[in-house]
Amino acid sequence: MNNLNNIWQSYRAIITFSLMGFVLLFVGFNQSWALVIGIINMSLISAIMALGVNIQWGYAGLFNVGIMGFAALGGVSVVLISQQPVTEAIDVGGIKMLFALALGAATIAAGVLLNRRGVNKWLISLIVVIGYLFTRFYFSEASKLIEKVDPAITGYLGGFGLPIMLSWIVGGLAAAGAAWWIGKITLSLRSDYLAIATLGISEIIIYVIKNEDWFVRGLKNVYGLQRPVPYEVDMQKSEWLQNIVAWIHRSELQLLSQSEQISKLSDYVREASVVFVKLSYSGLFLLILIAFIMLSNLALNSPWGRKVRAIRDNEVAASAMGKNITRQHLQIFVIGSAIVGVAGALLVTYDGIFIPTAYQPLRFTFLIWVMVIVGGSGNNLGSVLGAFIMWFIWIQSGPIGLWAVEMLGNYVQEGNTSLEFIEDRVHYLRLIFMGSIMLLIMRFSPGGILPEKNKEL
Amino acid sequence: MAYLEGKNLVASYGVVPILHECSVEVEKGELAVIVGPNGAGKSTVMRVLLGMLNATSGSVTLDGKDISMLSTQDRISHGLAFVPQTKNVFPSMTVEENLQMGGFIRQDDINQTIEEVYALFPILYDKRKQLAEQLSGGQRQQVAFGRAMMTKPSIMLLDEPTAGVSPIVMDEIFSNILDVRNAGMAVLMVEQNAQQALNIADKGYVLVSGRNEHTGTGKELINNSEVRKKFLGG
Amino acid sequence: MTSDSVDIINAFALLTNFVLLPALSYGSQLALGALAVTLVYSVLRFSNFAQGDSMAFGTMIVILLTSFMISRGWTISGIPTALLVIPIAIVFTSMYLLTMDRLIYRHYRKIKAKSITIVMSSIGVMFVTGGIVRFVLGATAQKFEDGERFIFSVREFKAYTGLEQGIAFKTSQFLTITIAFLLVAFVFYFLQKTKTGKAMRAYSDNKELALLSGIDPDKMVQITWLLVAALTTIAGALYGLDKGFAPQQYHLLLLPIFASVIVGGIGSPIGAIAGAFLVAFSEILLTYAYKKFLIYLLPLSMHPSSLVQLIGTEYKYAISFVILVIVLLIKPTGLFKGKVIVDE
Ligand SMILES: Nc1ncnc2c1ncn2[C@@H]1O[C@H](COP(=O)(O)OP(=O)(O)OP(=O)(O)O)[C@@H](O)[C@H]1O
Ligand SMILES: [Mg+2]
Repeated sequence: MNNLNNIWQSYRAIITFSLMGFVLLFVGFNQSWALVIGIINMSLISAIMALGVNIQWGYAGLFNVGIMGFAALGGVSVVLISQQPVTEAIDVGGIKMLFALALGAATIAAGVLLNRRGVNKWLISLIVVIGYLFTRFYFSEASKLIEKVDPAITGYLGGFGLPIMLSWIVGGLAAAGAAWWIGKITLSLRSDYLAIATLGISEIIIYVIKNEDWFVRGLKNVYGLQRPVPYEVDMQKSEWLQNIVAWIHRSELQLLSQSEQISKLSDYVREASVVFVKLSYSGLFLLILIAFIMLSNLALNSPWGRKVRAIRDNEVAASAMGKNITRQHLQIFVIGSAIVGVAGALLVTYDGIFIPTAYQPLRFTFLIWVMVIVGGSGNNLGSVLGAFIMWFIWIQSGPIGLWAVEMLGNYVQEGNTSLEFIEDRVHYLRLIFMGSIMLLIMRFSPGGILPEKNKEL
Repeated sequence: MAYLEGKNLVASYGVVPILHECSVEVEKGELAVIVGPNGAGKSTVMRVLLGMLNATSGSVTLDGKDISMLSTQDRISHGLAFVPQTKNVFPSMTVEENLQMGGFIRQDDINQTIEEVYALFPILYDKRKQLAEQLSGGQRQQVAFGRAMMTKPSIMLLDEPTAGVSPIVMDEIFSNILDVRNAGMAVLMVEQNAQQALNIADKGYVLVSGRNEHTGTGKELINNSEVRKKFLGG
Repeated sequence: MTSDSVDIINAFALLTNFVLLPALSYGSQLALGALAVTLVYSVLRFSNFAQGDSMAFGTMIVILLTSFMISRGWTISGIPTALLVIPIAIVFTSMYLLTMDRLIYRHYRKIKAKSITIVMSSIGVMFVTGGIVRFVLGATAQKFEDGERFIFSVREFKAYTGLEQGIAFKTSQFLTITIAFLLVAFVFYFLQKTKTGKAMRAYSDNKELALLSGIDPDKMVQITWLLVAALTTIAGALYGLDKGFAPQQYHLLLLPIFASVIVGGIGSPIGAIAGAFLVAFSEILLTYAYKKFLIYLLPLSMHPSSLVQLIGTEYKYAISFVILVIVLLIKPTGLFKGKVIVDE
């Protein structure tokens, strides 16, 4: 018994990751490989996001409740960088919008500068208000003009038409910028102020994205984003894929007639092209995840990282360093948020569309937190594991819930309204379920599945 | 058996051991003083006696009864009162409210006792509507002392009651403590001003690294050359 | 009366109807929520992220009880049934909050966890509570107000005063303002004058000394949750009577509530109330379209063509956030010196 326990302790990571692998293989053999690879890809993106959050929480105890907002900034970057510019919209309203935004920026800058000079507060307020009114005037003029340009298809300025991979970096930078601003304001204050402020900023980011049609089309979504990998249709035409597929299924195909062979083969090729495209994404995401993990390990072992750990493990003694802690926390907060931003950009790239209503706190903030806590707060590998486990549960909990309702349905009379009622509500059970998992792990196993040594919750 | 007795107390914060078989006792009508260097564990002894920190071994008895298992609240209602070294008032409450809170567990009329405290510290009467955080350090110590008096305790534990207090107020507080003792209460006090404290003490303990280094009457300790050299500055 | 002065009266009737009364009732609703957050903060030392969803929970109970009463025909004409069931709803909400405390928060108090850990667990509670509410009532908006809708309606007001601009005084507004006032008065009386209330303040001030004074910490925590349950349920019910019930709306109330608490100074009850009205008035004054108002006051040549709205209604939550940021930048302790602003 004791022996088993010891083995479990020392091979925890290997055992749990293998178990997860078996579960995925099982689904692959029983359901479909495309499904499994889809799950893996989403897990990888979630893992990157969780990694960013884990860096903030595990290294510095920073509680980010606005993951959704930082991820959305990444998503916006994808649209702004990779979409083609809408020249007509730029012609009618581009300059005006630029002017309005510049005016707004100038107003804020003037306010800040005058405040530093110690100018009368009322005068500053007056200047800011007037600046704001003018900004708002030009802004609404410009956005009206832009939104009128072919609203069904564009109605926005478009993007820069640059390679989509560039947007991943920009997404990280955008999130980093927002994080720097929020961190600067709140990190020297009580720790829950950061939580409150991140909650606020993320809601506002989502409001802006949903309401400003001229920006990223608001609720009209942005379709047909660029892809960093080939399209399925192109793949199906490629000879080598056909050959490989034919070779894999040669024994089965030999038994069929000529016409049957062709239709069967094209079925297989279609399936293979989907798998291939998804696998290319997996490769990309995996590379990025590994790079981030390696970088963060490198950073932790650098002199900077030693200071981080000193502060983390003994905050009381380190608090003598005062300002330094705040500065270091700011760095960590910015880095973590940047990683979340990158993951947000990857997600939109993978989806191929940008849908503002998809940004739900439950999915983006809460689920990620559950991943971090389940995996083991403070432990990078734990976050990755947590991402795989929780994404799998998340994906399967919908069908399982419906299945449960159907089972229930066998016992309930046909057309019973209460059943429809439950079916309608069943996905809210996820909220309860996820919340309970989080609370239970925090309460009974605060270290998570792969606990970080020397780290208490 | 003494009125309050802490016997062979062993205690630690987490894994760091602080007290090693430390013993103190005090009789009714007696003033016992604990002195010792910073970090010796003096405050810790007080906390153990009050049940704010559980001893790993050793016992605390009050009037012959073992109270080691009682909660702090129960010990308070058995007649113990404590003035902590720091944070010993309710800062955002008025002086009067501080005293009222001192008498929280009493079911009878506490106004009589409040009057007695005012009589003891007239300045508190003048300041009774002021917030405790607005008082000077010395006045705050008086509030702290008064608050502890409110339960009409049979034994007072005082952790450095004269910290940050001017010599005049210190004399005042000492004379109050003597009054309290003369009224038949037991007083156990931790003091930094070792010389003065031992002068008025019936009994003294010198605590070093959580151990009883010297024990004796106040006079004996003052006259002990080793104690003088190490703790009383020659 | 000259037509000019009538215009001025009309302009102010307009403001009363669309700014003053809505802001007063919204402010009252926020104030109750903010008071609850501040109480939890003072006594339990954490920012309760579950406040908005707890308000939804309390309102859910009110809605369920209301429809039960109406289905039985147990109503009193003219009075919203919701009002009658609030006391029972408070009991249920108290039980819920006390259970959550017993199951979750108590453990962290015992192990003296960092406050941020408790904040995190309150987010878990937030999701569970939000899930329960949505599971029971669905996520769509609904109304549960019955009885007389107006103390006086626009038409009655116009007929009575002969003004062109009417003022309507909704029953829900009247109830909100009166009940909130009474409740706040009660809470202050309780905290300032009663022995238990003082003990609660003492406990919030200095836990160890409270213990040394024989104040029972568990009891203080329970009383806090009872007060919070009352404030939460009533705030939720009044908000719902006024604006209808929608779980997401309640969840988002968290932002203005936190803004109110921090503007006022966290841990300060008076601050919470002042902050709530500041936030409510800012929100409504900044999102109100002044076009009609200005038409009354300005000569024809200067009549505005646009809505003259400073900020779009869709950004009303951004206003709380901006207020929050400004306060954190300028005076993090808030208007009324709050409790600790750095970690203890
Ligand atoms: N809450 C605590 N957690 C961990 N260690 C503590 C705690 N309180 C005190 N200590 C440690 O216990 C030791 C004894 O502390 P204690 O306060 O009893 O000393 P003291 O004799 O009262 O000192 P002083 O004269 O400075 O008041 C010190 O080394 C101190 O650092
Ligand atoms: Mg001490």
